[in-house]
Amino acid sequence: MRKRYLVMALIVLSSISVFIGVKNITPLDLFQLSDDQAQTLLVSRLPRLVSLIIAGISMSILGMIMQQLTRNKFVSPTTAGTMDSARLGVLVSLMLFTSATPLQKMLVAFVFALAGTFIFMKILDKVKYKDTIFIPLVGLMFGSIVGSITTFFAYKHDLIQNISSWLQGNFSMVVKGRYELLYISIPLVIIAYLYANRFTIAGMGEEFSVNLGLKYKQVVNIGLIIIALVSSVVILTVGVIPFLGLVIPNIVAIYQGDNLKRNLPHTALLGAVFVLGCDILGRLIIYPYEIPIGLTVGVIGSGIFLYLLMRRIAYAS
Amino acid sequence: MHRNMIVKITLLALLSFALIAVFLFFQVEGSWDYVIPRRLKKIAAIVLTGGAIAFSTMVFQTITNNRILTPSIIGLDALYLLIQTFVVFVFGSTTLTMMHKNLHFLLTVGLMVLFAGVLYKVMFKREGQNIYFLLLVGIIFGTLFGSMSTFMQVLIDPNEFLIVQDRMFASFNNVNTDLLMISVIIMALIAAYVMRFMKYLDVLSLGKEHAVNLGVPYDYVVKRLLIVIAILMSVSTALVGPITFLGLLVANVAHELMRTYRHRILIPGSILISIAALVGGQFIVERVFTFSTTISVIINFIGGVYFIYLLLRENKKVW
Amino acid sequence: MVEVRNVSKQYGNKKVVEQVSLNIRKGKITSFIGPNGAGKSTLLSMISRLITKDSGEIYIDGAEIGKCKSNDLAKKISILKQSNHINIRLTVKDLVCFGRFPYSQGRLTKEDWRHVDEAIAYMDLQEMQDSYLDQLSGGQKQRAFIAMVMAQDTEYILLDEPLNNLDMKHSVQIMKVLKRLARELGKTVIIVLHDINFASCYSDYIVALKDGKIIREGRTEEIIDSQVLREIYDMDIQVETIGSNRIGIYFT
Repeated sequence: MRKRYLVMALIVLSSISVFIGVKNITPLDLFQLSDDQAQTLLVSRLPRLVSLIIAGISMSILGMIMQQLTRNKFVSPTTAGTMDSARLGVLVSLMLFTSATPLQKMLVAFVFALAGTFIFMKILDKVKYKDTIFIPLVGLMFGSIVGSITTFFAYKHDLIQNISSWLQGNFSMVVKGRYELLYISIPLVIIAYLYANRFTIAGMGEEFSVNLGLKYKQVVNIGLIIIALVSSVVILTVGVIPFLGLVIPNIVAIYQGDNLKRNLPHTALLGAVFVLGCDILGRLIIYPYEIPIGLTVGVIGSGIFLYLLMRRIAYAS
Repeated sequence: MHRNMIVKITLLALLSFALIAVFLFFQVEGSWDYVIPRRLKKIAAIVLTGGAIAFSTMVFQTITNNRILTPSIIGLDALYLLIQTFVVFVFGSTTLTMMHKNLHFLLTVGLMVLFAGVLYKVMFKREGQNIYFLLLVGIIFGTLFGSMSTFMQVLIDPNEFLIVQDRMFASFNNVNTDLLMISVIIMALIAAYVMRFMKYLDVLSLGKEHAVNLGVPYDYVVKRLLIVIAILMSVSTALVGPITFLGLLVANVAHELMRTYRHRILIPGSILISIAALVGGQFIVERVFTFSTTISVIINFIGGVYFIYLLLRENKKVW
Repeated sequence: MVEVRNVSKQYGNKKVVEQVSLNIRKGKITSFIGPNGAGKSTLLSMISRLITKDSGEIYIDGAEIGKCKSNDLAKKISILKQSNHINIRLTVKDLVCFGRFPYSQGRLTKEDWRHVDEAIAYMDLQEMQDSYLDQLSGGQKQRAFIAMVMAQDTEYILLDEPLNNLDMKHSVQIMKVLKRLARELGKTVIIVLHDINFASCYSDYIVALKDGKIIREGRTEEIIDSQVLREIYDMDIQVETIGSNRIGIYFT
């Protein structure tokens, strides 16, 4: 998989993404935009494109960090309870402050996502049977337990249907003024890039890292903070995009092996391409209506996940 | 030591009966002939589903040699919700409420058992397959079903959604008598069938290799037990709705309380705990919360929190 | 007698055991030796039906194991793997009682209890029979598991690296017990061993595997020989006779 092709795919899909929609805008119109068209472009189409790319990149990188830290190919924000914890956080912020600002929501969601991921790591410490298959199983269980706590409060406040709509990753809600929070994840992804090798070492375990002179706790904590921050930002602006952080790094690893530093750019690009592709698909299938990205990625992602699992088993045995 | 166990079981049985009695006779206003049969029906539904779920989870944890898992997670709950949501989404809520109850029930159970059957079939074709793999695949399907239901739920009109929401949480309040009878029959048949496998459970908890060494026809027994579990879970879910973490809660409480590996004690123990929890919970829902929340939400909440506590409390690595 | 006929097993594309044929004599101790990845454990697991074979036949006293009832086999053959992690909390006595499952299906008779008590006494575990397994040391735990296998009272006893993680004293203790099982009770013992000198001092026959095939088999003194050992391990091993035992020196 050449980087060049990925970049090309990204450009092609980006342009397609800008020109799809109920309001007709063709590439030729770019030279003589009507006010109406310019408005659509600036308020809706471009923000959507930007947020798609940022979310795709950051969720894939996130998955990669988590897989390095846990040394397990099948751990990701979806399979470690991070997303569910962030969701609980959003709910709590809604209950505490009736009219929470996005920033307040994000902070509360961040605290919960951090706590959730941290608890998951603690559980991992306690699990004796570190089977590749078993760990994500535990993570998904943990996620649904957190989910049941969310339901408990949501039910009392009649918010079940609201919760459902957050659960669903959806870019159609992204308009100017509602997605800017996503920019927070850009510096975080850069930090992740700089720390990449340290995450790999930390994944080998505390003793191993201390032996190599690495501040283990610090590195792990930075990793967890990045994971929690990005997850909560994404969940607030876009919603849950299941399995994205899981399938992208795995696909890249199949083609390129496991060199983290070299894989990072590919992972980022492929993540963006994948999300763009799924989004376009979702917008076209029942045009002029939309299938939210949570569903398209959910279907395609779980298919790929299953394939990866089967493949893994074939290799392992 | 054995005597000790019998005392514990007796106490649990007394507790369950006491709770049932309180539930039946507390503040009977108006006609006894009206109130008592209604309450009895609830009790019957609770005993049936509570027992089935406790039994399935106990056996499931023994087969998987793991106390963090519950059969609810292999995607059955999610499939149930998907079916309910789908019916409302496509045909509208009137169909769900009007549709012939028995037909709907049998259809739901049939689809769930079919799903589990296909899942097992595909998974067991590959020899020597890791059972965790089966579960993970089940969970992924669960997530997939979940995404699809969410998609439909968001689109449904809020009033219609309330109908779906009712189905999302287990409730013992309006259990249909016919369905109750059908369930009793199915479960009685299953119970009669499963008796022959009971002797293997203790040995199965030693793990696969020891079990094979000791002469358990492992694949034969495990496959049949898994099918039994799928049927029990499907019937109880279709009857009252999903209570995902009830099994996890009662199986772990049973282990904590009984401190033995003998299923002859663990299984009755967990069934009694399950009944006590549900009757007590239902009583609290009716009298304290006056129906402002549902029993399954409370059980899942308590079960979930207790479980995280268990995971984090143990100093030793136990799983 | 155990007869293995053209047995093969492969994982993916890797042939772990290839066309192995072998006879194992009754009442003797037979050791499987060979380098890592030679297929010793896999072969042992196939003989004991823990893993299924891809092709070939294995007969135990004339009956093919695939056609036997699992419960009947459990009265003839028992296996102890090297890692015996058990998820539940058991006392030594509980564990040994499980060994009677093939006979009692969980309801122990007087006869069963006699076997249990005998096995506990034989392994010198009386003092700790009510202790929990997780309170025992590695050597004690291994003895408890062997006691369980003894209670199972099978003609054939298979052990996969029973000395793993044991210190010298406990290793010798276990090997002496196995020798007594063969000599006094007439059991047939088949062991996978890593240390050629334990194999040399305690076994009657040795089967050497390499790359999934048997490359040598015979009486102990035929195998513990510089020439033969070079063939098996690709290294020079000097063999000295100390007392009545042949000892291979491979440390330098």
